[in-house]
Amino acid sequence: MLVPCPWCGEREDGEFKYGGAAGIAYPAQPEAASDTEWAGYIFHRPNPKGAFQERWYHSAGCRRWFALTRDTVTHRINP
Amino acid sequence: MRLASGGRIDRGRPIAFTFNDVPLEGFAGDTLASALLANDLRVVTHSITRGRPRGTFTAGIEEPNALVQVGPEPMLRATQVELVDGLGATGLKGRGRAMVTGDGARFDKRYAHCEVLVVGAGSHGTQAALDAAMRGDRVILMDEQNEMGGRSLSERSATSTASTLASLRSFTEVQLLSRTTAFGLYEQNLMLAAERRPDGQRLWQVRAKRVVLATGAHERPLVFANNDRPGVMLAGAVRTYLNRYAVVPGRRAVIFTNNDSTDRLLADLGAVGIEVAAVIDARAGEVVGDTEGDERGITGVIVGGQRIGCDFLCVSGGFNPTVHLFSQVGGRLRYDERLTGFVPDEGPANVTVVGRAAGDFKISVQPTWLIPSADGDYSNHFIDLERDVTVADLRRAVGTGMRSVEHVKRYTTIGTGSDQGKTAGINEAAIVGTLTGQPVGGVGTTTYRPPYVPVSFSLMAGRNRGDLFDPIRITAIHPWHVAHRARFENVGQWKRPSYFPRGDESMEAAVLRECRAAREGVGVMDVSTLGKIDIQGPDALTLLNRLYTNAFDTLPVGMCRYGLLCRADGMVFDDGVVMHLAQDHYLATTTTGGAAAVLDWFEEWLQTEWTDLRVRCTSVTDHWAAIAVVGPRSRDVIAALFPETAVDTRAFPFLAIREGETRGIPVRLHRITFSGELAYELWTPNWYGLALWELVMEAGKPLDIAPYGTEAMHVLRAEKGYIIVGQETDGTITPQDLGMSWIVSKKKDFVGKRSLRRPDTSRADRRQLVGLLPLDGGERLPEGAQLTLEPRNQPPVEMVGHVTSSYRSAALDRTFALALLKAGRDRIGQTVYAPLQDRIVAATVTEPIFWDRENIRRDS
Repeated sequence: MLVPCPWCGEREDGEFKYGGAAGIAYPAQPEAASDTEWAGYIFHRPNPKGAFQERWYHSAGCRRWFALTRDTVTHRINP
Repeated sequence: MRLASGGRIDRGRPIAFTFNDVPLEGFAGDTLASALLANDLRVVTHSITRGRPRGTFTAGIEEPNALVQVGPEPMLRATQVELVDGLGATGLKGRGRAMVTGDGARFDKRYAHCEVLVVGAGSHGTQAALDAAMRGDRVILMDEQNEMGGRSLSERSATSTASTLASLRSFTEVQLLSRTTAFGLYEQNLMLAAERRPDGQRLWQVRAKRVVLATGAHERPLVFANNDRPGVMLAGAVRTYLNRYAVVPGRRAVIFTNNDSTDRLLADLGAVGIEVAAVIDARAGEVVGDTEGDERGITGVIVGGQRIGCDFLCVSGGFNPTVHLFSQVGGRLRYDERLTGFVPDEGPANVTVVGRAAGDFKISVQPTWLIPSADGDYSNHFIDLERDVTVADLRRAVGTGMRSVEHVKRYTTIGTGSDQGKTAGINEAAIVGTLTGQPVGGVGTTTYRPPYVPVSFSLMAGRNRGDLFDPIRITAIHPWHVAHRARFENVGQWKRPSYFPRGDESMEAAVLRECRAAREGVGVMDVSTLGKIDIQGPDALTLLNRLYTNAFDTLPVGMCRYGLLCRADGMVFDDGVVMHLAQDHYLATTTTGGAAAVLDWFEEWLQTEWTDLRVRCTSVTDHWAAIAVVGPRSRDVIAALFPETAVDTRAFPFLAIREGETRGIPVRLHRITFSGELAYELWTPNWYGLALWELVMEAGKPLDIAPYGTEAMHVLRAEKGYIIVGQETDGTITPQDLGMSWIVSKKKDFVGKRSLRRPDTSRADRRQLVGLLPLDGGERLPEGAQLTLEPRNQPPVEMVGHVTSSYRSAALDRTFALALLKAGRDRIGQTVYAPLQDRIVAATVTEPIFWDRENIRRDS
């Protein structure tokens, strides 16, 4: 699969590390979170069939993190 | 039999070869299969389970029968082996023999990009390539045969593609790759192909804007009793042997067909004077019901109860478009009633299928799937010749209630041979359909997965084997280690000395001696491989405080502090020493194996969460050579090397950093220890590493300084109860589990902190780090040994932990171990058991520290 790095352009997926779902912020006040809320942050991630916002890290390239939307069925990517 | 004239072989170049050690002769341009037929050798091998004689059945890549071994290479198809001088082949009964030794072949990889990649150099493929070339595209045209031209090579004259190929050769941006089998088509048009070369193979990985598949069609056999005898061949293959190789497989033919493609074969056989005893045409209601034969092959066919003598039988059951690559990349197939075959339907954009592969051919065909048995016996109606699967097997599968071809495939092994059922698949679908009352199109095909042909592991590995398997990292001091006969171990990509035997000393004796030197005198270790991350910026301290479990606010410039890292789930991830070098400037060491992961971890937080922090992290692992000088006499060595530096413990206390210089070499000195002894780490820019090491050895000579390796290091740190991340931890262990609550800040937040009071991480009966002393001090527990509370080695027995580290200790004069034990801290003083294969070892649970509990030696 080719992954479009915003800095380097399209590169083979082997150059990247996969970072899972995007847009999940570190809770502002971890100590205020209930056990259930905290477990949700640590362990639970969406796993949709279709469009998925996800993070990638160009570890063997520019070493920058970025997010993109990939269709998990077709692998079609929208930067 | 070889015809006196014709064919594309070079009769001026005879070639000597052997088959099953029998010397034979063929011509340049022959395949092994054509040369064997030319020598009237029809039986190539015997079938895998039934042991029936089998001969060449096809003229190409789909061959199910003629499997051979050539030199060290197993499982080749005689139809694909080019005849070369001195070739030695043996027939294989369905299985090859793996070679234990290397075969000397060279395997390479090539990466390429183009606008248009065409697979198949027949008339459609060459034309598509030429059209693209005329548009100015970069074109790669690959074909699996030794000669380009595809099906035209099987005609009496191959002129149809010759002129197109000649035009293509005039374009500089067109690359023609013969002997190159495209075997895998992946997303976004990544094509993998294997190129056969005189000295080995080359793996092509091609990215193409557009892929054109002109892969043609495979002829299909007919399924009747005893349809597997040598001399039974696909009609198109007989034509190929006749016109391309000037070979006929016999003297008297019968043709059995259900379509009009065999008309040309009839004409071609007539043209060279080969008698055709009968043409049995299913369209006229005639079928071959059975065959007769002997160990050498077919001698006749039975048609309507009448025997017709022949010595070869040409069969054609129609054609299957070669849709494998199209299907691999997600293209859908549709059953075409006119062709009686599956053709490409919807597919990915930028993949085009043309010619016969797309179902674009004329044929008059009547579906003929299963010729009924005269006596109800279907055990010799072969569908998959390589796997010896018959209609009887399919009836049995369907009889158990299976309806799906995928189930039938797994039950009968049909299509699982090295030919992947290229001649069997569609007949399987159709006969399953016949037996279950489903239309062929409804049954569908089994899934086409890469690779299209068997691919050797050597080709995948390419040059990445032996020393080139993975990069090898060595320190600046490595040449000294080699010269002094160090034994090495791999730590990640690093080569690290594990011990330095003196004379013919055993490993155990060497390690005990090295440990004694560090405990009683002075030892020295190359610790350059430690990961090193330089951290600079006004927010460097904030970053450290947020990531490490302990706080660094009180760490003054010129001092070091041990630090522990957790993942967000609270599990220990890495550890190291943080050095405060200057205002807003820190350097963090990591474990040797964890360096890259820790830097990535820092970067992830900086780039994705704390984008407001002004701090930069840089890997400086390779910038520094680092030497640990360890032991009660280490101060003497440091004093000798650095006369300008005050080394008494008040002036240079534990965890302090000093800048020094010895004989012009700049050195940063750190008083840190991983053994529990008085110790110094000397850091110098990498290119001084070897020189500094040699100075240390020289200064330590009067004290019999002993270089030591990772084995002694492991023992020394375990005696002191220092953990190794990845040995005492495995991603499920918290700082508390390790008894390291002292390093977990209660005042500040850090990544992972909230997880430490989750119900599961705060359980009292988690596995906790303890020490173990086997009751028999000579017994060394194996690392990984499971622990139980009862002396039982028969299940069921509750396993309550495992040994993480286990050594023989010179200082303790006995064995000891570290272990993770359920509710371990409550069991200190109790006995646990390690049930081993032949005995049960009892051990006393202790605190996980065996040496200098009060840190007197460390701080002295």
